Amino acid sequence: MRLQIPIALGFLAGAFMIVQFFVPYYALQMYYEQLLDWAIIIGAFALVLGLGSLFRSHIDKIRSRHPDYIYSFVALISFAVMFFFGIFYGVNPRTTFDWIFNNIQVPLEATVFSLLAFFMASAAYRTFRARSVEATLLLVVAVIIMLGRVPITDYIKFVDIHGFSEWLMSIPATAAKRGILFGVALGIVATSLRILLGIERSHLGGGGGAGR
Amino acid sequence: MPEPSGITEILGIPTDIIGLWVAALLTLAIYSFLYGDNPVYKFAEHLFVGVSAAYGAAIVYHQALVPKLVQPLSAGLIQPLLAGNPAAIVWSKATLLIPGMLGLLIFGRFFRGYQWLSRWPIAFVMGLGAGLSIPRSIQSLILEQMHGTMQPVWPLTGGGFDNLLLIVGVVCTLAYFYFSLPHRGVMRWLSRIGIWFLMIGFGAGFGNTVMARISLLIGRIEFLLYEWLPTIGIHLGGPGIG
Amino acid sequence: MWEKLLYFDRRIIFLLIGAAVLIPFLTQWTLPHGKITATTQSLFDAIEQLPVGTPVMISFDYGPSSMPEVEPMAKALAYHILSRNLRLMAVTLVITGPQMADRAIIPVAKQLGKKYGKDWVNLGFKPGGAVLLTQMGESIKRAYPTDARNNPTIKLPVMTGVENYDDIGLVVDLASSGAPTTWIVYAHDPYRVNMAAGVTAVEAVDYYKFLQTGQLIGLLNGLKGAAEYEFLVGRKGFGKLGMASQSVAHLLIIVLVIIGNIGYFTIERHRSRRR
Repeated sequence: MRLQIPIALGFLAGAFMIVQFFVPYYALQMYYEQLLDWAIIIGAFALVLGLGSLFRSHIDKIRSRHPDYIYSFVALISFAVMFFFGIFYGVNPRTTFDWIFNNIQVPLEATVFSLLAFFMASAAYRTFRARSVEATLLLVVAVIIMLGRVPITDYIKFVDIHGFSEWLMSIPATAAKRGILFGVALGIVATSLRILLGIERSHLGGGGGAGR
Repeated sequence: MPEPSGITEILGIPTDIIGLWVAALLTLAIYSFLYGDNPVYKFAEHLFVGVSAAYGAAIVYHQALVPKLVQPLSAGLIQPLLAGNPAAIVWSKATLLIPGMLGLLIFGRFFRGYQWLSRWPIAFVMGLGAGLSIPRSIQSLILEQMHGTMQPVWPLTGGGFDNLLLIVGVVCTLAYFYFSLPHRGVMRWLSRIGIWFLMIGFGAGFGNTVMARISLLIGRIEFLLYEWLPTIGIHLGGPGIG
Repeated sequence: MWEKLLYFDRRIIFLLIGAAVLIPFLTQWTLPHGKITATTQSLFDAIEQLPVGTPVMISFDYGPSSMPEVEPMAKALAYHILSRNLRLMAVTLVITGPQMADRAIIPVAKQLGKKYGKDWVNLGFKPGGAVLLTQMGESIKRAYPTDARNNPTIKLPVMTGVENYDDIGLVVDLASSGAPTTWIVYAHDPYRVNMAAGVTAVEAVDYYKFLQTGQLIGLLNGLKGAAEYEFLVGRKGFGKLGMASQSVAHLLIIVLVIIGNIGYFTIERHRSRRR
């Protein structure tokens, strides 16, 4: 029962959504809007779930005196400080929470991702090789796009690199991306059907007592 | 305790200026990783982990749980009950107790022996999402996209050639991913052409990725040059309002 | 000699990239905006054609990690929308969205003398993604009982007459992820609201297929898209400022790739001769 009831619940919720899509009957409308509200509320709880594993990993590191355990204190203390200001003094502009976000979280996150510029350049230099027809095609297209996306090549008058790079993206690249999309979309529909029918159960995993 | 949001300066230094210095030093702390891993970088990295997790929790609390659950429940159920007036209960709001309880069940994951309780809310949300997605994904991602592919190919000038190329590209890409037939004969050629289209797609993706990564670096350099340097009196003449 | 050139300390490449980005700024070298991409122009035109007072929604689906690319777009768009006296509504599907919206809109609104609650609103973050977009198709005020500052939306002048997507002139999704696809599947196609997107360059190639079908009416691609939009609305910003550095860095990477390939094939040829 620990598995059957959730599967039935999921099926009913999903089946209702499908029926409502094809038969938008006004009497169903009220329940439909209510169910959407419910899903959003449960979604909010699910978002907080990730905190559990964050605490667990850092507390484990501290307990086991992992070589870097001192930094786990940094993570936990900074969490506590930000959480305190956020919950008790609000998240509006010009609050302490907003100050910490803009002056600590923003620069840290933005800078970590900007490191990729350096590593990507280094990787391109070392590994980007025209070893086969396919690799050469990829490389040539990448170079054309890199040139076409910056204004400096507008000084070259005899060939429209900008226009050609736009064409590459809007026709041949789009054809490939669309081919991939068909596969992805069919995958989404198939997985959704499997979830509805209770064939796909991995999201219900963990928790023991399967089938009982 | 004073309201922290009211503080505009500490020791006579405006909090905005302090903020710019904190941000600049943290930026440099992350860049120290380019030379090699070091304690300053590790400190900054863990600071980020803690702050961003708390950021998410506070936003979810104030912008989702309070307006969508706490306030309606309080107005529609708790206040009428406290006032001893059950007739005033608003049932459309009171029923939010159900998703509220279901939401709490998710935390069953953290208690041994009660993990199965978290299946109820997860099954509900996943089932509802699946039901929502099936008809809409078919309509948007398959039918509309097929429609966009089936465009006139004649005359070849004026868009016809592009449309033809789109059809050939889509069909050949699909052929490459079609494994139910051995890739021999015609299929071999179709999938070969499919690979070429895929390579153009990946090449375009790579070129754009280079662009994006460089842009991120430019963003940080702009911050240091046009927002931080002016605090020590160096002005490079930025864009005015940023 | 080639082996040395191929396998030196990668920190030298780091220095080269840093210099390529930094030098144009230090020498204050700027480039003309370049040719305006058609997809940028079509977004600009769509906003130009909206009657005064029309609500326009921007979905801030990005975070600090892609802010340098997307925030200049957000500022230029907010400037365009508010200066044309359209109403601006900020929503988001991602948790960092509410702060991104405030960062981008507040300075622009201040510059133009626009009031919060009357000319623009930040509706904040709500979970749910697809479910949230579906609920907005029925009732935006039900999806957002309050704004990001916990004001009841029913009392905000900016929300008057806004029931669902039928009342929204245009939705622009500024994103660093797959959010525009979610918007297309759950808002544009079922409810036929006009949609455009501004995305990081990494994502851009994935959205051309929606332009060709009309599911998107415009697309801003990366920092270049931002620079173009800044030019169209006549506003100086970080988009244009970065284009010179962007150009130099692209040329440097292309040169590096070419040197890398010449080196690789020279070494390969030597090796095969020795065998």
